[in-house]
Amino acid sequence: MNRFLLPLGVFALLAVVLAVGIRHSPDKGLIRSPLIGKPAPQFSLPDLQDPARTVQSAALQGRWYLLNVWGTWCAACRAEHEALLSIAHGRQIGIIGLNWRDTDADARQWLKQLGDPYEHVAVDRDGRTAIDWGVYGAPETFLVNPRGIVVYKHIGELTTQTFNAEILPRVRGGQGS
Amino acid sequence: MLPELGLFALILALLLAALQAFFGIAGPALGRDRWLAALPMAVAGQAVMVATAVGCLVAAFVGNDFSVRYVAENSNTALPLFYRVTALWGAHEGSLLLWILLLALWTVAVAASATRLPPRFAARVLGVLGLISAGFLLFTLATSNPFLRLDPAAPDGRDLNPILQDPGLAVHPPILYTGYVGFAVAFAFACAAMIEGRMDQQWARWTRPWTTLAWAFLTCGIALGSFWAYYELGWGGYWFWDPVENASFMPWLAGTALIHSLAVTDKRGLFKSWTLLLAILAFSLSMLGTFLVRSGVLVSVHSFAADPSRGIFILGFLILTIGSALTLYAWRAPLLKSGAGFEFTAREAFLLFNNLLLVTAAATVFAGTLAPLIADTLGLGTLSVGPPYFNPTFMVSMLPLLALLPVGVHAAWKRGHLGEKARLLLYTLAAALVLACGFVFGLYRGGRVLTVIGLTLGIWIIASSLIEPLQRWRRGLSLSRAVLGMSVAHIGIGLLAIALTTVQSYTTERDVALAPGGSSAVGGYEFRLEQLQPVEGANFSGVQATVTVLRNGQAVAVMNPQKRRFWVQQQVTSETSIRMLRGANVLIALGDDLGQGRWSLRIQIRPLVSLIWLAALVMAIGAVLAAADRRYRTARAAAGAPLPAAAQEVA
Repeated sequence: MNRFLLPLGVFALLAVVLAVGIRHSPDKGLIRSPLIGKPAPQFSLPDLQDPARTVQSAALQGRWYLLNVWGTWCAACRAEHEALLSIAHGRQIGIIGLNWRDTDADARQWLKQLGDPYEHVAVDRDGRTAIDWGVYGAPETFLVNPRGIVVYKHIGELTTQTFNAEILPRVRGGQGS
Repeated sequence: MLPELGLFALILALLLAALQAFFGIAGPALGRDRWLAALPMAVAGQAVMVATAVGCLVAAFVGNDFSVRYVAENSNTALPLFYRVTALWGAHEGSLLLWILLLALWTVAVAASATRLPPRFAARVLGVLGLISAGFLLFTLATSNPFLRLDPAAPDGRDLNPILQDPGLAVHPPILYTGYVGFAVAFAFACAAMIEGRMDQQWARWTRPWTTLAWAFLTCGIALGSFWAYYELGWGGYWFWDPVENASFMPWLAGTALIHSLAVTDKRGLFKSWTLLLAILAFSLSMLGTFLVRSGVLVSVHSFAADPSRGIFILGFLILTIGSALTLYAWRAPLLKSGAGFEFTAREAFLLFNNLLLVTAAATVFAGTLAPLIADTLGLGTLSVGPPYFNPTFMVSMLPLLALLPVGVHAAWKRGHLGEKARLLLYTLAAALVLACGFVFGLYRGGRVLTVIGLTLGIWIIASSLIEPLQRWRRGLSLSRAVLGMSVAHIGIGLLAIALTTVQSYTTERDVALAPGGSSAVGGYEFRLEQLQPVEGANFSGVQATVTVLRNGQAVAVMNPQKRRFWVQQQVTSETSIRMLRGANVLIALGDDLGQGRWSLRIQIRPLVSLIWLAALVMAIGAVLAAADRRYRTARAAAGAPLPAAAQEVA
């Protein structure tokens, strides 16, 4: 054996790692958010229904949840509201709302009229949490796993089809992890 | 019709590349010198075919041909003409085509200057380049055909990713890729030398100008990327240690090591096997960069479209090329005899340290970039590696490198005599220290020890790089372009050290919420939000803020950050406003409407940040100067002439 074989050996090892990496990658490829696979940004924001209390990301550790970014001014949020209600009704996963660029009164009125799919709604008054989460526009929905890692992001109107095809399998498949 | 013509041209290019590889490698091996005559034709033909394909795709973009899927996905009738052309490399398929075009152009340049090389050696170089080109063409045709039709044709396109609609993007990828691909030439030279068993100093001399030129492009490309990220992404950072940035930075570090190692091999006939390995490494890292960006293995802000099946193909190709090069290396390198020794204080020793430190730096970046992947593969969970890892580890290898530079440049070959220069070096060091302390405690009123060290090293490097050119100039001696280029490039490094130290130490950053008429004081300035107005562009609408910057009650600037919403992709981008004020970059990014007329604004004051990119430009200019040295153009003549004195000593 000569020492000049060493680079080849190192490269072979690397090739194996990359090959395994590719096999793992389909479930994280094709997704645009840089947040995927990273810890969900922390937040501690006032609760819409009871501003004296706070909604904290830390309290959500240990369970799957959806973070849905919405506002009463957003037409697509109105369009996905039925889907959110049916997801909430299914009781498979809890939805946390992030009320964004909105007024509290409008938001409460909206939930009273259309029904409330959210466990809690956090109010992002200064828009900073939305920046932390890399929100481009409402609606956006993030799926966060029990370890607090963002595993999936849906941009735009969420439908029950998308929920069944993309979100539910992840929650079920990842139950063990 | 045109897209089909383009596809046809690509297939022809693949055939020509395969011929070029076959004739170039098999011809010399079988002793069929007549086969070599076909090479220039194959090289030129391939370049024409690839250019035709690129032309066809550009025509489809310009003519809004939305029956071509790639055009429909990356363009729009409302997109300005300029971006319809640059949208060519806005996504994967077109980027790959650009890669291939640039490789074809580099190959043409090598073939054109091949008259200075022994015919069989030149043939082998072209053969290896043909093999690489064939691999990439096959990759494009098999997994990423840019000419795929869409039936029925889309009524309009999905538009170019808004982040990419910027003049910076127009020039960033081509320049960066020119650098990436340029290392293929050094790689081909190394492979040809190993195939032929001709791993002498001559090999190093032929390779030097190509490597240096490629490095200059890569330097510019990385700097442009950093500049683009700074003013377009709206975060106000110039470097994020993002996997894609690292992918271009690793070949840069390896290439920097290669340039220095080549110098030793050329001048002294030492480090031969190490230089070969670095040549393989630099290009391997370029290809690995392509793999990381395109396979979706690592997720980053830059990976706009990633696809695992492509990753498998690139990985296979990577294993084939790098694997065979390293096998060749394992077989050939043991035949090299180690040359003469050198003293511990000689220039060779300093260049050895330079190489070790640069490769260590590349290795730490590599480890940090791949750590998340490796952790994932081994089932250790998800890991995120960021600046807290990269900044200190990188500095550990960079600080000694900077400290050794001024001494190493002035150390003599073989025997380490600094002579009269030792005193000059000490003087410049003392002057640099005084100046740095002046900056830190006089101008900025305090700073950390690291700030003083960084500034001292930067100033010392600049001052010591001036010694040699100034002395020669004063004595009326001629100054070769190689020495001048080296001095200029090192001055660039010094400027970079100063800029990075200052920016890291003295940046002020604040997020503020303001309503029109409101103001906020940040870093000695007062920022007053005057008004917000709607703005309209060709394919977007948005809001523009007018911010007056005041210093001591006097208005010094009016800045207009914007927030744009692109209609087609419904994506919001932030157009930051950047202004130079008293040597510092003042940056304002418009955040969100917070309601009740209040908007969030991010204000940053970064002193000397522009110097970072200027320094990179200086480095690139130095490299181009060095590559243009006359020695390289008369290399053929020198090959027949008696060996230089240093080489004789080795023999």
